Amino acid sequence: MRLGDLVLKVRSKNAGPFWLTVDIFCGDAERFARVIAALDTGEVARLFATPRQMLKRFDIADLAVVKISLPRPVVQGSREDRDMHGAQWAHLLEEIEV
Amino acid sequence: MATRVLVPSGVLGLGFDRVALARGVAARPDIIAIDGGSTDSGPYSLGAGVSKYSRAATKAEWRHLMQARAEAGVPLVIGTAGTCGTDATVDWMYAITIELAAELGQTVRVARLYSSQPNDRITKALTAGQLRPLDPAPPVDAAAIADMTNIVALAGAEQIQAALATGADIVIAGRTTDTATIAALPLARGDHPGAAWHGAKIAECGALCSTNPTSGVILVDFDETGFTVEAMAENALCTPHSVSAHMLYENSDPFRLYEPGGHLDVTGARYRALDARRVRVEGSEWVPGAYTVKLEGARIAGYQTTILAILRAPRYVAAAREWTEKLGIFLQGEIAGRMGLSPADYALDFRLIGADGALGPLENRSGRPVEIGVLGIVTAATQDTAAEIGKLINPFVLHYPLTEDEELPTFAFPYSPATTDRGAFYEFALNHVMMLDDPMAAFRILVAEVGA
Repeated sequence: MRLGDLVLKVRSKNAGPFWLTVDIFCGDAERFARVIAALDTGEVARLFATPRQMLKRFDIADLAVVKISLPRPVVQGSREDRDMHGAQWAHLLEEIEV
Repeated sequence: MATRVLVPSGVLGLGFDRVALARGVAARPDIIAIDGGSTDSGPYSLGAGVSKYSRAATKAEWRHLMQARAEAGVPLVIGTAGTCGTDATVDWMYAITIELAAELGQTVRVARLYSSQPNDRITKALTAGQLRPLDPAPPVDAAAIADMTNIVALAGAEQIQAALATGADIVIAGRTTDTATIAALPLARGDHPGAAWHGAKIAECGALCSTNPTSGVILVDFDETGFTVEAMAENALCTPHSVSAHMLYENSDPFRLYEPGGHLDVTGARYRALDARRVRVEGSEWVPGAYTVKLEGARIAGYQTTILAILRAPRYVAAAREWTEKLGIFLQGEIAGRMGLSPADYALDFRLIGADGALGPLENRSGRPVEIGVLGIVTAATQDTAAEIGKLINPFVLHYPLTEDEELPTFAFPYSPATTDRGAFYEFALNHVMMLDDPMAAFRILVAEVGA
């Protein structure tokens, strides 16, 4: 099953020009438990072509949210940037199998 | 002393529910605070020192807020005026305020808080070891600093408090942190510092912390032990989930928020529903630290010209990547031969819209689109050079064949001329903090009475 089909919503946003933050809103405790068991931080790092140790992961049970922050794969507004608001990176995560 | 802060919306220029604003004014707030910008739309606004929002939208909304201020009889504060909070956009907002004061028949005392930094102040701070890189930070030296078109420092609560202390009816602040305009008065009145910053973070995007984000208007009550938040639109509810989830928003760490002079830690915060509409929050902690202000800077990294062609022929759609790769190599030769430029003198990027336009090398899906948009972006040292390259490549982007033995194809140009000169291309050039002995050392305040 794709992560995006399991959870309520996956959102990615800039956290300033140099960081990206991805929020996985699982919806309830049961799906939250499934996501934290299935989601491998190393696999997420590979999706974003970012070294594993650069990722900050927060499993927030109260909100049933998994939050992952990382240096923006390309700096916002740089010549290589393709998505000024960083919202499309969420789709990479939505499409992984869990 | 309890402090009631009315936040009309997350940013001036995006609109708010006017009935909800009237309810907020009727609740007799102590201050009205709104944000005017952020870096979220990219480096252009800061680099050029202009507002991203239209003057018409800004003036229309500011009119309502100036009327609300007069009715409530309390100060009105805007932070990060004109999207980027440079001195130029503070002056732009000030000019709008003067026009409106005359049109509304108001006489108001206006304080302008300026956040722009002279480049040589930043160079001196670098030399004195008062500049610290955040992670990741672009490399910075004296030449890089001299090159920046605009540098701003993010003001905190102290600078807003100084502006309010002038007796201003309206404070037009340059770059501030998202939270400073909301936290300033509760902190000045001795409310709980953790609650002041936490409540400010929750309210900084207006009704985004409620079940109806577009309604805009939020009311926050701060006191000695915590804060209470309520949305002013009838159909917007603040719930413990909607409020606590807002700590995730555009924030790399959902438990910590760095501000001038310390950081907020919400690890111990408890969110409790008072009723269906209101949430009470206690337990957040303010941890004092060194007095630093974050810096933002932008520089011109070249000038750009773009060209867009649409491939519809199935053979070209299927071979779009191969086509742009061959075309790119061919054009390198043409540009070298006719203009004498080597690839180090310019950049020519082709993006395949319909294949991986948004994600580039990270895209891991593929499909068979009906058509592909080929967006060519030329970046060069001057606009003339970028435009000249654009004109030179134009006929080839229109007609370049995949193979030598075929009739020249013709692709779709959606408009004439096919090239668009984009002007200066700005990039963010600082991700640093600057240490200050005195919070006002990098900021200045001007006060004037304007209006009828």
